Amino acid sequence: MRYLPLTSADRAEMLESIGAASVDDLFVDVPAQARLPGPIEGLPAHASEMAVERHMSALAAKNLSAGSAPFFLGAGAYRHHVPSSVDHLIQRGEFLTAYTPYQPEIAQGTLQVLFEFQTQVARLFGTDIANASMYDGSTACWEAILMASRITRKGKAVLSSGLHPHYGEVVRTMAKFTRDEIVSLDTELTAEPDDAAVIAQIDDNTSCVVVQYPDVLGRIPDLAAIAEAAHAKGALLVAVVTEPVALGLIEAPGHLGADIVVGEGQSLGVGLQFGGPYLGLFGCREKFVRQMPGRLCGQTVDADGKRGFVLTLSTREQHIRREKATSNICTNSGLCALAFSIHLTLLGGGGLAKLAAVNHARAQATIERLTRIPGVELLNEAYFNEATLILPRDAREVVNELAGRGVLAGVSLGRLFPVADGLHKGLLVAATETTTDEDIETLATQLENLLVGVPA
Amino acid sequence: MNAVNAAGWRPSMGDSGQATGGVATASGDYGLMLEEALSFELGAEGKCGVDLDAADRAPMPGLSKFLRKEAPALPGLTEPEVVRHYTRLSRQNYAIDLGPFPLGSCTMKHNPRLNEKMARLPGFADVHPMQPQATVQGALEVIEQLADWLIGLTGMASVAMSPKAGAHGELCGLLCIRAALDARGEERDVVLVPESAHGTNPATAAFAGFKVESIPATPAGRVDLAALKEKLGPHVAGVMITNPNTCGLFEPDMKAIADAVHEAGGYVYCDGANFNAIVGKVRPGDLGVDAMHINLHKTFSTPHGGGGPGAGPVVLSEALAPFAPLPFVTRGPDGDIHLVEEENRGEGHGRSFGRMVAFHGQMGMFTRALTYILSHGADGLRQVAEDAVLNANYVLRACEDVLPAPFAKSGPCMHEALFSDSGLAEGFSTLDIAKGLIDEGFHPMTVYFPLVVKGAMLVEPTETESKAGLDRFIASLRSLAERAKAGDESLHSAPHFAPRHRLDETQAARKPVLVWQG
Repeated sequence: MRYLPLTSADRAEMLESIGAASVDDLFVDVPAQARLPGPIEGLPAHASEMAVERHMSALAAKNLSAGSAPFFLGAGAYRHHVPSSVDHLIQRGEFLTAYTPYQPEIAQGTLQVLFEFQTQVARLFGTDIANASMYDGSTACWEAILMASRITRKGKAVLSSGLHPHYGEVVRTMAKFTRDEIVSLDTELTAEPDDAAVIAQIDDNTSCVVVQYPDVLGRIPDLAAIAEAAHAKGALLVAVVTEPVALGLIEAPGHLGADIVVGEGQSLGVGLQFGGPYLGLFGCREKFVRQMPGRLCGQTVDADGKRGFVLTLSTREQHIRREKATSNICTNSGLCALAFSIHLTLLGGGGLAKLAAVNHARAQATIERLTRIPGVELLNEAYFNEATLILPRDAREVVNELAGRGVLAGVSLGRLFPVADGLHKGLLVAATETTTDEDIETLATQLENLLVGVPA
Repeated sequence: MNAVNAAGWRPSMGDSGQATGGVATASGDYGLMLEEALSFELGAEGKCGVDLDAADRAPMPGLSKFLRKEAPALPGLTEPEVVRHYTRLSRQNYAIDLGPFPLGSCTMKHNPRLNEKMARLPGFADVHPMQPQATVQGALEVIEQLADWLIGLTGMASVAMSPKAGAHGELCGLLCIRAALDARGEERDVVLVPESAHGTNPATAAFAGFKVESIPATPAGRVDLAALKEKLGPHVAGVMITNPNTCGLFEPDMKAIADAVHEAGGYVYCDGANFNAIVGKVRPGDLGVDAMHINLHKTFSTPHGGGGPGAGPVVLSEALAPFAPLPFVTRGPDGDIHLVEEENRGEGHGRSFGRMVAFHGQMGMFTRALTYILSHGADGLRQVAEDAVLNANYVLRACEDVLPAPFAKSGPCMHEALFSDSGLAEGFSTLDIAKGLIDEGFHPMTVYFPLVVKGAMLVEPTETESKAGLDRFIASLRSLAERAKAGDESLHSAPHFAPRHRLDETQAARKPVLVWQG
């Protein structure tokens, strides 16, 4: 076995030195009837690197990758160009094969990266502080609701209808068990988000309102107005950002009154990866720090007075507080945080603003072209790089048929909201800096052909 | 001592003179020992490491009231500066690629680079989670094949693939138990957890809405079966048992524990963090387990990445399988693989407790884990467990005469050797040995865990270490034990040869500085 350094001679010598006749003597605590006599039957034996590569490559080849087709999917996962240096740097063995920095003297590399990451996220979100990452946007969203309920000592969370439906499902699933009350509003095809309906639901028992920005249909809620209404009732505003590139162009939620800002960081550095691993972002006001979930890296000095970094405030965490911890999270998304941080360091604030402007411009070009097709209408009053189109027929069928024509057209609202009524003609279309004029023209031509019945 | 200079550079490691022979350099760097400022101190406005075309359109009118007043205050760096910044930082980290990383209960094994290559194939890395399913059959097949392996290796009925890490898997298992109890119409609100359990166990039980009661251990470091039986009753939802446990020992009564819990109407959750010790040697399904998470980043070698991402699929018994979370993959009569989600759960999967994550779980970890599993095969994985256990016992027997090993007399350990700091000179403790190991060129073991052993040192060498590598580690550990027994004061200031001396964690917590203040 190419990964196992012990030789048969080593094994024999080691067994002799510890006084065991055979390796099975080391498994004596396993009841005899449960011990397997040999390799599990029915499972294949080891394989060479070449054979495994062949097997995996054949599986990969069965997928239509985003880069090999005109591609317009978003809905919480965006295809951006990741500079080559990002992937090379995260594969440095010192980053890739280290673990949680429990021994800070020999983990300053990871710790300084986390400190820089926390600063970047806080500045992007407009929050005082940020943590060292969560699993993904959806789990960060649920943790934010729990945190708001600890802070306000109230148990009712109001979810905007513009929250990604998968995030809503995660929240409702978890709340079933914690018995938090969740008020979910029905998503409707309106040009503006449901700010007024959200505000109408806030009462004295409300711990927080959860508002996605931009929302899942690409619309942009008025966070400042919602924050004011929430604060008037002693509730917190949790803003959810699934496309962090948008914050290069539109105002940071923290600057608009959001108390907790969570998000999905996949857009920067991480890639699509069929849904994971992704990167949960989590920022908030400094006064809430002791109610925060997740790891935190802090600055300190060493015995010589030199600046250094450590994991800190761990009295919130499970390994110290056990059942009284703010969260059960342990391993988070360290390597994805590194990728995000490198990509953002390459961009800088100015580069992010420019990238965001390009994204918005590509989306405008896409929407302008598609809405020239008879029967195709734009829903949104405003959008960043993703908007909802209303088609003359079921959008899910259209997406599947266009996939058959080699075009990945977007995410249908029928797929996103499978149990909702009245949304089935909606098609969510995203564009990024990777979207070319040729991609747009191919999508438009194929969509038009499909709608008027030209065969593939 | 050097001061921080105007550019914010940190003073260097040379000040103590110990690592540099008293030589001071003007730069503060010493040969290959390089200091590195924060990116915020290095960057400048107007610099960028990405060339972007200008946008060819102004923002749409509807967006005007939402526009950001100022770009985020983030430094810009060009590509060479970025590459150098992170490369220099990387050199301040210890890693498996540099040497033994015997962090007990973390299973820091070699990360094969083939796994990285396979995960980066565009067919896996560049597919969107909501593409039409006909365009992602290969990705769904990866999930299916890995699921089949995990089921086969554990002898369980099914597996929930979506949990994102070990603690998330624990949550998945406990929510399956909650859902099963709800289906039975029973309100059981207590979960029993051994005192030696990892902190995530009680935290997860509380997160899932249970009360936690602890189970005492026997003097031999195992769950006290008699005490456990006394605690069982109609209020007990289940137990969370780590097996092999956090003392590095197999629970020989596992089946009896499971039988007793089942008889009392509860379920058995097994923390599978230490599955590496038994993979291919024993199947948890044969021991009465109802749910167990598998840390793909431990047993199946997906990289730890400085703190994740992990992955924590949960294998389930027949009793809990119907409650598994959405989504999951299933193969239809047409031969195609389908995702079961909210819309098509129907009657067949109507009892699923719901969704835990936005998409399908840690696909990038699935491709790596499947690659690792195929490389080893059933025979190689069994050899992994045997070598991991052999290596740990080799360390245990080579050091037990200089460091107390509280459970060594009761027999062999599994994948990790547990020592205590009892018997060191007055004022010397586990911390000194751990920091001394840094100077010796090793990553320390897990320290002060499990809590049930005074000054615990938990050494998990894994199957990755060669005999020669172990001999070097053992020589260092023995030497440190002797020095700590002899009261060698220089250990109190260890590490001497790391990029930093001991860091002030009290100051960090008293006045937290969590973001750059410049």
